[in-house]
Amino acid sequence: MFVVIMGCGRVGARLARMLVKAGNEVTILDRDASSFSRLGEDFGGQTILGNGLNQDVLEQAGLTRADAFVAVTQGDNRNIMASQIAQHVFRVQRVVTRINDPIRSDTFAALGLRALSPTVIGANTFYEELTGDLASSVGDV
Amino acid sequence: MYAIIGGGGKVGFYLGRELITQGNEVVIIEQLAERAEYIGNELGNIVLKGNADEARTLAEAGAERADVVIAVTGDDEDNLVICQVAKKRFGAKRTIARINEPRNESLFLMLGIDATINATEVLLGVMEQQIPNANMRPLLRLRNTDVEIVELRMPSNSRAIGRSLRDLPMPPDSNVAVLLRGGSPLFPTGATVLQAGDEVIALTRAEHEPALRSLFDGS
Repeated sequence: MFVVIMGCGRVGARLARMLVKAGNEVTILDRDASSFSRLGEDFGGQTILGNGLNQDVLEQAGLTRADAFVAVTQGDNRNIMASQIAQHVFRVQRVVTRINDPIRSDTFAALGLRALSPTVIGANTFYEELTGDLASSVGDV
Repeated sequence: MYAIIGGGGKVGFYLGRELITQGNEVVIIEQLAERAEYIGNELGNIVLKGNADEARTLAEAGAERADVVIAVTGDDEDNLVICQVAKKRFGAKRTIARINEPRNESLFLMLGIDATINATEVLLGVMEQQIPNANMRPLLRLRNTDVEIVELRMPSNSRAIGRSLRDLPMPPDSNVAVLLRGGSPLFPTGATVLQAGDEVIALTRAEHEPALRSLFDGS
């Protein structure tokens, strides 16, 4: 599978290394060149320096032939916009979007995006480790 | 009309002030407390402190009864999301987004935004209209099409002078709508012969503009 990742922070860099190790082709892009140091010197994928909201940059990253696109920057709205470009302009089959702020999850749902919140996932994991109960038993907070 | 403005920067502030002056009901959503307080002091109790891209803020602002939601923050991605949430979740009748990157215009329209305003393009348009030697200036672009109404001022040595309209090799999708001759409008036929001093109002597509212009160039 060929995956394009936008955002080379801790989540993006780790995801990129995991995908490469599992035998996938990966291109990761970020606006800040220094962020690529997180990938380590032995990274087996491609890096592209540029703004993922620019369609030329996304095309250069190979979005026309990508099987999947993942937007994992710190900016929720950047992730939403880039994901919609991937979905509607480049017709990427599988698009997953990081949402940092759980309050905005309804936004993502309204726009028909597949979204994951590290905030919610993290809090749920800690809750379960601390209490031994399922996080889903708590419901909305 | 009820208008919700997302972003209380300079654009949002003055837009809000003008809309109020015209007798409209306005709410400006601004996230910075200090700026929100300033707007409240200047324009009255019409400011809501919060993030305009969050559903609960738009709900509080009454987005479901808004005639128009205008997103004018400095970031294209924020303006996109504000408009999309207003439209898709609350059914705001009309959404307008300010954009900075001209190439985002077609994307935003495709994603359901009703209209975009682009300062860069406005400035470019004004510059084109102000350049004194240009023999053609765009007057208007028809809605969201690439069809333009253009005005051509023929130089005195234009090679079109003395020719009839039917003899001019017009580019595709282009035609002369009206001539201004001595300041009076003249609706031409194919037999109308162009004279020095005629101003030509024509319809064309953006891509054929250069070809149309060259028809009227000096020889």
